[in-house]
Amino acid sequence: MSDPTTYLFAFLIGGAFCVVAQILIDKTALTPARILVLYVSVGVLLGAVGVYDKITELAGCGATLPLCGFGASIAKGIRKSVAEYGVLGIFKGGFTAAAAGTSAALIFGYLAALIFRGKPKK
Amino acid sequence: MDINKEEYKKLVKRRAPKSPCLKNCCFAFLIGGGICVLGQAMFDFYRHFTNYTDESVYVCVTVTMIFLAALLTGLGVFDSIAKVAGAGTLVPVTGFANSVVSPAIDTKAEGLILGVGAKIFTVAGPVILYGILSGALYGVVLLVMNALE
Amino acid sequence: MIVKTKGVYVMSFASAVGTKEGEGPLKNRFDYIDKDDRFGMNTWEKAESESARLALSLALSKAPMAPSEVDLLLAGDLENQCVASCYGLLSFEIPYLGIYGACSNLTEGMAIASMLISGGAARRAAVVTSSHNCAAERQYRNPIEYGGQRPPTAQWTVTGAGGYILGERGKVKIVDCLVGVVQDKGQKDISNMGAAMAPAAADTLLRYFKESGTSAKDYDLIITGDLGIHGSELFKDLCKQSGYPVGNHADCGMLMYGENQDAHMGGSGCGCIATVFGAHFLPHMECGKLTNVLLMATGALMSKDSITQGQNIPAVAHLVHLMYGENETGSRPCGSAERRNHE
Repeated sequence: MSDPTTYLFAFLIGGAFCVVAQILIDKTALTPARILVLYVSVGVLLGAVGVYDKITELAGCGATLPLCGFGASIAKGIRKSVAEYGVLGIFKGGFTAAAAGTSAALIFGYLAALIFRGKPKK
Repeated sequence: MDINKEEYKKLVKRRAPKSPCLKNCCFAFLIGGGICVLGQAMFDFYRHFTNYTDESVYVCVTVTMIFLAALLTGLGVFDSIAKVAGAGTLVPVTGFANSVVSPAIDTKAEGLILGVGAKIFTVAGPVILYGILSGALYGVVLLVMNALE
Repeated sequence: MIVKTKGVYVMSFASAVGTKEGEGPLKNRFDYIDKDDRFGMNTWEKAESESARLALSLALSKAPMAPSEVDLLLAGDLENQCVASCYGLLSFEIPYLGIYGACSNLTEGMAIASMLISGGAARRAAVVTSSHNCAAERQYRNPIEYGGQRPPTAQWTVTGAGGYILGERGKVKIVDCLVGVVQDKGQKDISNMGAAMAPAAADTLLRYFKESGTSAKDYDLIITGDLGIHGSELFKDLCKQSGYPVGNHADCGMLMYGENQDAHMGGSGCGCIATVFGAHFLPHMECGKLTNVLLMATGALMSKDSITQGQNIPAVAHLVHLMYGENETGSRPCGSAERRNHE
C-alpha cells in the first residue's frame, strides 16, 4: 500500500496539471490539441533535466498519468537507449518508452471501432 | 456599414460571453485529481498481485486507464463526462485514449483501412509526433554532451 | 440591387428534424421528428440525405403535388460538395441545381428560385436545405465521441431539413429579394459563428433599407437564420451604429432550443432557418398574423482547411421579403398553425 501522502499528492499534483491546462483553454486561444503537444514536450524537457522523476516519487500516478508523464517516459527511454546504442538510440528510445500506451490506445481503439457505433452528442 | 476590422474585433470581445473559468478549473481539478487517485489505487493493487517492477506497474495502470477510457468512449459516455471535466479528462492519459478511440469509432463508416486505419491518429498524431521529436532532440543533446566530455 | 419578383408564392412547406430539435420548444410544429437522429440510415451523411428527402416528400404531399409538377429543385447543405442534397433528392427526378452558401442556403435558394420563376424559367421550384449535427461536427470540428468542452460562444448545428415549394399560388408572397455581399471582418474563431455572420446580416439589411428607402419599423418582423444570442446582439449593435436600429428582430437559432438543452448561443446550420421559419413563422404569415417580413439567412463561408491555414471567416447574408398576400380562395384559420407530427 502506498503512503497516504502519495495519494494526497497524486490528487493535488494530478489535479494541478489539469487546472493549468484548463486555464490555458479558457484564457488563451490555444486549442486542446496544441495544449497536449505543449504538455508532452514540456514533459520531455522536465524528464531530461531530471525533475520529473522527483515529481513521480512524490505524486506517483499524479505524475505518470498526466500527459507530461508520457513525455517524461520518452525522455527516460531516450536516455537509456542512447547510453546503450549511441546514435541508434535516438531512433529506438522514444517509441520503446511510448510503446505500451500507444499500442494500448491503438488496440482498444480498433476493438471499440469494431464493437461500438457512434452516438449523437447530447 | 462602416466599421473596420479592429473596431469590430473590439466589439466582439466586449460582447462575447466568457468561459466560466473558475467553475471549469474546480471540475478539472477534482476530476483530474480523482483519476490520478484512482490510478494510485490501481498501482497498489497491481503491485500487490504482480511481481513487476514499480516502473512496469505504472505502465499497467496507464494501460488500464486507456482501456477504461476506450470503453467509456465506445459507450458514448466519455464525451458527457468530458463536457463537465474539461482538462480534467483531457490531460490524464484518458484524454489521449479518447483522442485515439473517438476517430476510430467515427471513421468506421469509411472502412477499416482508409477509415479507421488512416484516420485513427488524426487527433492524437501531433502528440505522438512532437513527443518523439522532443525525445530525439534530447537524444542529440545527450550525444553532443557525451562527445564533449 | 433589390430584385422585384412577381407571382411567386410559398405553396407548401414541410420539415423533418432530429431528436434534440424534437424536444425543444417548437416540438409540436415539426412535421417529422426522428427518434435517434439516424433517420433509419447507417451513416450520419445518409441520415442527412434522408432528412432532406423526407422534407421534400412531405412538402409535396401537403401541397399536394407530384414531383413531375415541379420544374426545378434548388438544394444545398453543409457537407463537402453538397452531397447530402444530391443523394437525398435524386429519387424525385426533378431538374436539380445544387447551391452552396453554407447556412445562407435557404434564402439563396429562395432568391434564385423566385427570380427564375418571375423570369419565366420555371413555373414551380422546390427549395430544400438541410444540416445534421453529427455530419457537421465530424466534418468541421472533431469526431463525435471526442470529449471536449464547447466554448460559451458556440452554437449547436441543427439536425433537420426544410422543404419549400414556390409557385403560382399560396398565401405568402415573395415580393422582392436582395443578394448579399461577402463580408470579412477579421473573425477567425470557428467556435463563434455568430460574430462571423453578424456583419453580413447587418450589411445586407442596411443595403436593403437604403435602396428601398425603408427602415425596420416598416416591417412586422426581421428574421435572421442562426446568429444566435451573441450574433444577434452584434447584429443589432451594427445596425444601430449605422442609424437603423432594429427592435423587431427574431433569430431562428434562438428559438430552436430551450434554455436547458445546452445549445449555448442557439441553433445553427442550414437546417435551422429552414425548419424554424417554415414551422414557426410561416403559419403566422399564412393566417395574416404576420403580414410583412424580411427573412435573412446568414452563412459562414469557411472550410476546415481555410481555418487551419489561418484565413479569416467570411460570411454572406441573402434577404427575401415576404408578404401576406393571397392568391387562393379561402384562407386557412390561425388554429391550424400547430402542425401535428406524422410519426
